[in-house]
Amino acid sequence: MFNNYEELNDEQLDVLREIGNIGAGNAATALATILNDRVQISLPKVKIVDFESAVNSLGGAEAMTVGVLVNFLGEANGLIMFLLNMEDAKGITELLTHGHEEDAEQLSELKLSAIREIGNILSSSYINSIATLTGLRIEVSVPYVAIDMAGALMSVPLIEFGTLGDKVMFIEEDFVGEAHQLKSSIILFAEIDTLKTIMERLGLEL
Amino acid sequence: MSELVVVGISDCKMTRNPNVLVTHALGSCVGICLYDRNIKIGGLAHIMLPDSTQFVQTSINRMKFADTAIIDLIQSLLSYGADIRRITAKIAGGAQMFAVQGNSQIGSIGIRNVESVKTILRNQRISILAEDTGLDYGRTVYFDVATGLMKVKSLNNIICEM
Repeated sequence: MFNNYEELNDEQLDVLREIGNIGAGNAATALATILNDRVQISLPKVKIVDFESAVNSLGGAEAMTVGVLVNFLGEANGLIMFLLNMEDAKGITELLTHGHEEDAEQLSELKLSAIREIGNILSSSYINSIATLTGLRIEVSVPYVAIDMAGALMSVPLIEFGTLGDKVMFIEEDFVGEAHQLKSSIILFAEIDTLKTIMERLGLEL
Repeated sequence: MSELVVVGISDCKMTRNPNVLVTHALGSCVGICLYDRNIKIGGLAHIMLPDSTQFVQTSINRMKFADTAIIDLIQSLLSYGADIRRITAKIAGGAQMFAVQGNSQIGSIGIRNVESVKTILRNQRISILAEDTGLDYGRTVYFDVATGLMKVKSLNNIICEM
């Protein structure tokens, strides 16, 4: 039995990793469709890590980062945050909007909504993989987007799930297309009851 | 030679003149700087949540919550010779990072953190000399124990000193 992320055993962690892998596969397919490009994914790294080391892999607490936040609810409850560094965010929006970068510092409203949509699609890919594997009915909220310091953005899910300890489930994934490359990071938090349901549905003993 | 003392999330540190305390990227979290001007010692706590009493677990990280962290920080300042009548506070943080609608905790936690911090400080009769709280952006806080000045930095390069 577990009551927070720290108490998950190896077998349970493997299940979470596998969900991460399948979600990442779905996400790559979705991304390839949007970008109209062949997109390969690196083997996603699914880790349960300290908050600090998750922040460090994004370039440190103060690194300018784009975050897209999606809640999921229904038979499974939790939160997904998709994070991109500013450079990657600019690169991918340029491709999507076929625009010229007029202002190097800011993202226009159009580009911001492009990012919001990518975050939405990638998050949904993960949720769909959980739903498909478990047969649970899960809905997702509208996506919320913010640009700010990595640490300030990433503390949001940590606070929302403050009861679950100080570790986060962190998925790093490289999308490599013919013309471009993208490093995305995803934080996934599920309520403890949701984690238990997922494990049960997948035949693990608790 | 002044030293930079880094305070993590759900963490709390204290130091003496001429050192500087720093905590990075406060979002909805709140940074609380406490200071005794006479003997120039100060402490900085970076709290995440307003109230530890909602949590029933036996072992909590006391630095995560406003109520427990502030009390502990006051105690350690006192044990280093501070006088409770001289301790003053400056606070920053408590933003709403995402414009989430509805009554989700994400939308209101920053405000609740700030309210809780203010109530606890008031109960301890500690006055708040300056604050930079609320709104919708992340903040890094420097607290200079030599001068008692709090410097707040955000990504759009607004730097204010108070």
